Amino acid sequence: MSRLRLSQIAVVAGFILLLEALCLAGVIDKITMPPPHIILRDLFHMLLTGRYFGEIGKSIVNVLVAFASAYLVGVIIGTILHGHKTTREILDPLFATYYAIPVFAFYPLFIVMFGLGDGPQILIGFMLAVVAVIITTLNGLDRVPPVLKKTARVNGLNALQTARHITLPFCTPYLLTAAKLALAYAFIGVIGSEFIMARSGMGYEISYAYTNFDNATMYPLILVILLLSIAANSLLSRWERMLLARRGQG
Amino acid sequence: MTAAQVTAQVTLRGVTKVFPAAVDGNPVHALGPIDLEIRKGEFFAVVGPSGCGKSTLLELIAGLTAPTEGEIEFEGRAIGDNVPDGVGVVFQEDACFPWLNVLENVEFGLRRTTIDNDEKGRRAAAVIDMMGLRDFARSYPAQLSGGMRQRVCIARTIVAQPRLILLDEPFGALDQQTRLLMGDEILRLWRQTGATVFLITHALDEAVMLADRIVVMSARPGKTIDHVETGWPRERDSRIVERGNFGALTSRLWKTLREESLKTMGRAG
Repeated sequence: MSRLRLSQIAVVAGFILLLEALCLAGVIDKITMPPPHIILRDLFHMLLTGRYFGEIGKSIVNVLVAFASAYLVGVIIGTILHGHKTTREILDPLFATYYAIPVFAFYPLFIVMFGLGDGPQILIGFMLAVVAVIITTLNGLDRVPPVLKKTARVNGLNALQTARHITLPFCTPYLLTAAKLALAYAFIGVIGSEFIMARSGMGYEISYAYTNFDNATMYPLILVILLLSIAANSLLSRWERMLLARRGQG
Repeated sequence: MTAAQVTAQVTLRGVTKVFPAAVDGNPVHALGPIDLEIRKGEFFAVVGPSGCGKSTLLELIAGLTAPTEGEIEFEGRAIGDNVPDGVGVVFQEDACFPWLNVLENVEFGLRRTTIDNDEKGRRAAAVIDMMGLRDFARSYPAQLSGGMRQRVCIARTIVAQPRLILLDEPFGALDQQTRLLMGDEILRLWRQTGATVFLITHALDEAVMLADRIVVMSARPGKTIDHVETGWPRERDSRIVERGNFGALTSRLWKTLREESLKTMGRAG
């Protein structure tokens, strides 16, 4: 293991130990937050009893649906816009200011429109994720060197073959970045909506446990969200690093 | 020399290229009218001031872009806006595919051929050997130097055994030493493959060192203003620069080109 990696682990471990010490010393009182080792114990307990599996599963499914739809739609729209310069120029200001809009502000409206089910939560996740995918796809397509497209023509590739053998492989790192962003945004959108107003899901349960001073449920669930998000992201990052290392950009 | 060897492989008749206006601009008359004949098997070079449409000329012959007026024939057939079979192009920019290793990059050049995979592998390996890349067949372009990446691109072109090889300032991004060595390699490949070579360059000494025939182009719109036959023997390498008339040929080109280059600079300034 590299020294850098060791230092990175040391920082995280040090932070957890500090938290443990502050909790045990009473600087952070028990009602605010139990010490990390208790949270971990509660987490194991929760996983052993299988309680909340349904909630966790429901949130994961909604995140995945939001992610997959945003990714698919985003890549398709990005690809179409790349070929339609005028439309793209018209939409550019929207993309540039999109993340200044608090998408959550539309959540009540979506609930009115679609009811208090999974739909509005997935829609928020989708809306947060889709533009990041569009922008990253466009960014990748913009960077395909003209000389590679010429090489495709010299080798007799038609439009479809060029897309498959030149554009797609060139853009793979960008498409992976888009996936990472989409996943993170889908998480934020879905879990966030569950916090605000929902009848189930991890975010809802955390918020419910919070109002009932149920630390033994709230903190383990927060930990589950953290671990899920980090695991998914590191998986994609690892794949990305492999690709980039081969291309000498790692 | 038999009659077949001196017939024209590429013929340009009254070829012009005008690029349509960008937003608010005027159309750009890039090239022509140009009449040109490239003989089968010769080493032909084009020199000219920057922006004179040299690369446009190459793209026209390659079928990468269509002429505004005039006609271009390759082996007696008109070139549409598709690259004809039997034509290979090496560009100045790095055109290696970074996601493929050297062998895969070279095999890509065989996409148009119908031979089976085993044969493809053999031919690619042979060309990789020829270009001195044997130890790097499994390396990715990012692990290679600029000169080696350009060798990969040349290998990818010649593996398809083109009858006409178009080189668009292929050594432009390389250092002087590498350029000279690559020049030797191109001469060797030219002899070994028997293909016609069409070289675009801004380096006069490079043109004189490599080519049988050199055409000088004017400032935009590019036209042919001078035509030089070097008269070198087919067996030659970079040491040809020691010949007495190498200097005379280079200065003749420079004399013509100097005035043209000054025109371009005056226009830009």
